[in-house]
Amino acid sequence: MNAYWSLFIARFALLLQYRTAALAGVATQFFWGFVKVMVLEAFFTHTTSAQPITFRETVAYIWLGQAFLFAVVPWGGDKDIQELIRSGAVGYDLLRPTDLYNFWLTRALALRTAPIILRAVPLLCITAFVFPLVGIGQWSLTFSPSFAAFIAFVISFIGAILLSSALTMLFTVSMMWTISGDGVNNFLPPLIIVFSGMIVPLPLFPEWLKPLLNALPFSGLVDKPFRLFTGNLPFNSLPSVLLHQAFWILVFIILGRLLVNRGVKKLVIQGG
Amino acid sequence: MSHIFVEDLKKSFFVSERTSGVLSSIRGFVQRKTKEVYALKGVSFSLEQGELVGYIGPNGAGKSTTIKILSGILVPTSGKCIINGRTPWKDRIKHVGRIGVVFGQRTQLWWDLPVIESFDLLRDIYRVPNLEYTKTRDEMIDLLALESFLNTPVRQLSLGQRMRCDFAAAMLHRPDILFLDEPTIGLDAVSKLAVRKFIKTLNKAHQVTTILTTHDMDDIEALCERVIIIGGGEILCDGSLAKLRSQVSSRRYLKIHLANDDFLFQQEGVSIISKEGRTVTLAFDPIKISAASLIAHVTSKHEVEDLFVENPPIEEIVAELYANAES
Repeated sequence: MNAYWSLFIARFALLLQYRTAALAGVATQFFWGFVKVMVLEAFFTHTTSAQPITFRETVAYIWLGQAFLFAVVPWGGDKDIQELIRSGAVGYDLLRPTDLYNFWLTRALALRTAPIILRAVPLLCITAFVFPLVGIGQWSLTFSPSFAAFIAFVISFIGAILLSSALTMLFTVSMMWTISGDGVNNFLPPLIIVFSGMIVPLPLFPEWLKPLLNALPFSGLVDKPFRLFTGNLPFNSLPSVLLHQAFWILVFIILGRLLVNRGVKKLVIQGG
Repeated sequence: MSHIFVEDLKKSFFVSERTSGVLSSIRGFVQRKTKEVYALKGVSFSLEQGELVGYIGPNGAGKSTTIKILSGILVPTSGKCIINGRTPWKDRIKHVGRIGVVFGQRTQLWWDLPVIESFDLLRDIYRVPNLEYTKTRDEMIDLLALESFLNTPVRQLSLGQRMRCDFAAAMLHRPDILFLDEPTIGLDAVSKLAVRKFIKTLNKAHQVTTILTTHDMDDIEALCERVIIIGGGEILCDGSLAKLRSQVSSRRYLKIHLANDDFLFQQEGVSIISKEGRTVTLAFDPIKISAASLIAHVTSKHEVEDLFVENPPIEEIVAELYANAES
């Protein structure tokens, strides 16, 4: 079996062990989902002007965001690798006949995909199927308006996972310079959450800010794939979404590789 | 062409200096002082295929730094190193595919995975063909008696069990060079013996070139014909154990069990080291007085039950060498 593939599987299987944490996480995500849905419902009932996104679309956008929170948002570096770098055990990763960047990117991919099974599947099922049954159908997740929209979402979602993993790698690698990863891990994720559309959907931002938000890499994580899902972005904008994602993935991978290579050269392994 | 060739290897680090006190910490914000510290000041040696060499030295001498450079993890400041025809840090991926490394203080197994799954993962990472892998794996399981805990997650193993698994893991891709960095540290007597036997078998049966660093002189005496001693980043001595002994001191000991209590003895070049009850230890210089004539001398004056001549323990020699290097 391919080295990276089996590493991915091993890592993925390991991450699936954290079921209690995921369960607690799902409960939290429901809570925040409700808060956001209710705030936006209040907004939509009292708004006088036409909005670039409908309430039903916004609700779907929010539940998708809550479901895929840990998949698409790079919350920080890979804690295990950062610990390896801090303690010096990173030496063993350099003893493997594999490219170090790819080795770690594989782990980042597992880190971002494992939450889909653990967190997204239960959350999506409940919001889509259980909500209408218990009488809160107005807050339920509505399915894509067309099969094409759904396919566009799936493809762009893969792009979002890759983008999020490439960003995760930048967090991870920053450890080679800072020894403690806490600074970067605390500073950047809040910005990413806001600029990706995770707090307020990007279409509801002021018009003048939109060109910037659309150009920044973070819209490719949350906003664009989710709007493709709801049909808010038409199917024919898929190529431009993919191009935008591909561009930033490439930028982050090149930057990450550069940093890894430089980091390895200046590496100091302390103690023992 | 030697299997491992190292010439004038140097490695320096920059260490930031800070004196104590609040004022100087504040000054540190503006002006930071760094000091260049040499971990290796020019190390040269070469090893032939199948050699087993002990690489010893006090803490901070540069042992681990050398091993890390040789295994391609660290880039040296200057110097040359050719292993299997490659420079480790320039050709890292190809190089590490042909070596095995065991660090006694760390594990290369995946903490949460059962041992056997760690092995399978290593097979994929090193791209070992399945048939060869199964053969090597079974041989290692047999040699190191791993059978009973193959399905246990690594974090639940005892240190001795974990070390044995680490050895197996380092051999799965059949490397022809093995770097062992303090592999017996913290092990009990049984595990130590098992590890030693394993190292010996690999070296003899598979002609694996091995560099072993350790603080345990019994490891060295049991395994190594050749030792390289490093201190303060420089090689102090490179040669056989016998050569090492003669270089430091030619002193030898004569232990005597007397038949009765009183012992009065005076002789040039001989000193009494200890006297406990009827057991007396004499130190002598064999150049000044031969063992035979000393024994003849002692037995002519005293009634002796038993006696034997000893070399000083290797610890003593090494300690003396380290002390010389420091002064």
